[in-house]
Amino acid sequence: MGRVIVTVVGQDKIGIIAGVSGILAKYQVNILDISQTILQDFFTMIMIVDLAKAVVNLQELQQLLKEQGQEIGVQIHAQHEDIFKYMHRI
Amino acid sequence: MPITFMPEEIMETIHMVKAENLDIRTITLGISLRDCVHSDIEVVARKIYDKITCKAENLVQTGEDISKEFGIPIINKRIAVTPIALVGEGCTDEEDYVLLAHAMDRAAQEVGVNFIGGFSALVHKGFTKGDEILLNSIARGLAETERVCASVNVATTKAGINMDAVYQMGKIIKETAELTKEAGGLGCAKLVVFCNVPEDNPFMAGAFHGLGEPETVINVGVSGPGVVVHAVRENPEVDFGTLATIIKHTAFKVTRMGELVGREAAKRLQVPFGIVDLSLAPTPAIGDSVADILEAMGLEKVGGHGTTAALALLNDAVKKGGAMASSYVGGLSGAFIPVSEDAGMIRAVEEGALCLDKLEAMTCVCSVGLDMIAVPGDTSAETLAAIIADEAAIGMINKKTTAVRIIPVPGKKVGDRVEFGGLLGTAPIMALHPYSAVNFIKRGGRIPAPLISLSN
Repeated sequence: MGRVIVTVVGQDKIGIIAGVSGILAKYQVNILDISQTILQDFFTMIMIVDLAKAVVNLQELQQLLKEQGQEIGVQIHAQHEDIFKYMHRI
Repeated sequence: MPITFMPEEIMETIHMVKAENLDIRTITLGISLRDCVHSDIEVVARKIYDKITCKAENLVQTGEDISKEFGIPIINKRIAVTPIALVGEGCTDEEDYVLLAHAMDRAAQEVGVNFIGGFSALVHKGFTKGDEILLNSIARGLAETERVCASVNVATTKAGINMDAVYQMGKIIKETAELTKEAGGLGCAKLVVFCNVPEDNPFMAGAFHGLGEPETVINVGVSGPGVVVHAVRENPEVDFGTLATIIKHTAFKVTRMGELVGREAAKRLQVPFGIVDLSLAPTPAIGDSVADILEAMGLEKVGGHGTTAALALLNDAVKKGGAMASSYVGGLSGAFIPVSEDAGMIRAVEEGALCLDKLEAMTCVCSVGLDMIAVPGDTSAETLAAIIADEAAIGMINKKTTAVRIIPVPGKKVGDRVEFGGLLGTAPIMALHPYSAVNFIKRGGRIPAPLISLSN
């Protein structure tokens, strides 16, 4: 499994990055880069992560992040990088 | 390692899926059944079941895995097989191939796909023994199974139109409607009559595994009317060149998803990747309508004057954008205009804006033909045949695929509705011309292939 894009969207509040990166660290998912911005009034964080050493697979990570997102009150998606590569890069 | 995408790009992709119904409509596994031939039909049925369940064992799971990992819905996983007329032909002393339809149905159920295509025959120039038996088996084959889809090619540009086959299909459609009358003639929704049928179409009900295809192959059909509607609505006043470019950009992105999913599915299933079908396939869901795109382009109602021109622009722009996005393009490739599967088309018919004649004109400039049209239950076989002949003539002369999927709904008349459910949707019963074509249809024989130079 290669690189995965994690997207976090919701109302800005304290602890979003901590909440998400905590899960990633716990399961040995390496964060390669983070960008954070406000898009259409929503806090939007995009992380590029590497699952090479992870102790979960992508589908398990998606479930963990989904549960964490519900707890924090934000939407979290984790998708294989290729979907963005195919759509936006030739 | 820097992030190589703009946040807007990432959010655009996510928005397309979450809010604009972007999905992969189908990944279709084509399977050759040519090695299932035997003189005993029981053996053929067993070989068909065994081969399909073996080759397609991991299709559904693979589709679901890809869907989750990439975050893009894959609505249908389906199977297309070698036309059964060819597979059954070696059976001696058989009067029908219904047993083979049952084998296909059971295999489809076992591997978890909702449709399997290929209960088919190619008879554009005439019938072999197997073709005749297959045609005689269609009505029962569709009535007695749940997942099997049938198609018959009755015309090509190079061969002309087999009018004997056209007439017979009129009768078969009537018979199929009668045998499935409890479900509103649902059997006819699984039966397509083609001119210039493509051999690598991933979409039901017309999919089959063509003779030039490899042992197995993955073909993909994309969707995305909702994404195009959104893009068109955001640009209400741009000129046509700009509009075409916007649609091309959108179609490119949509088709790239098909390319990615097709390649990934082919790799995981260890099957060659065939084609992406550059299609705009609507669903009954609100916001996923081709009619809505045409209206967003500036028409008050789809079916009004200007509709054919709007559809021509849309269809061409989808193909241009899509062709750039995929290494292999095929299938039906174009905007679909099924009535029952498109909320905007249903609305236009019910409001009297869209009639069958306009739909026929629209099929000249798009894929595929008169699709999911419900007509009164007392429509004669000859009238159905005449409708098929008209549509085949459009395909034959214009060197394109056309098709007819029409349902004479038993007991229903103009103004009534029929519910098919799911992706097949709801259809208002449409009016037909009251004049007879009986003497024309009863002539029989073949309409000769057209001259294709002197092309006016």
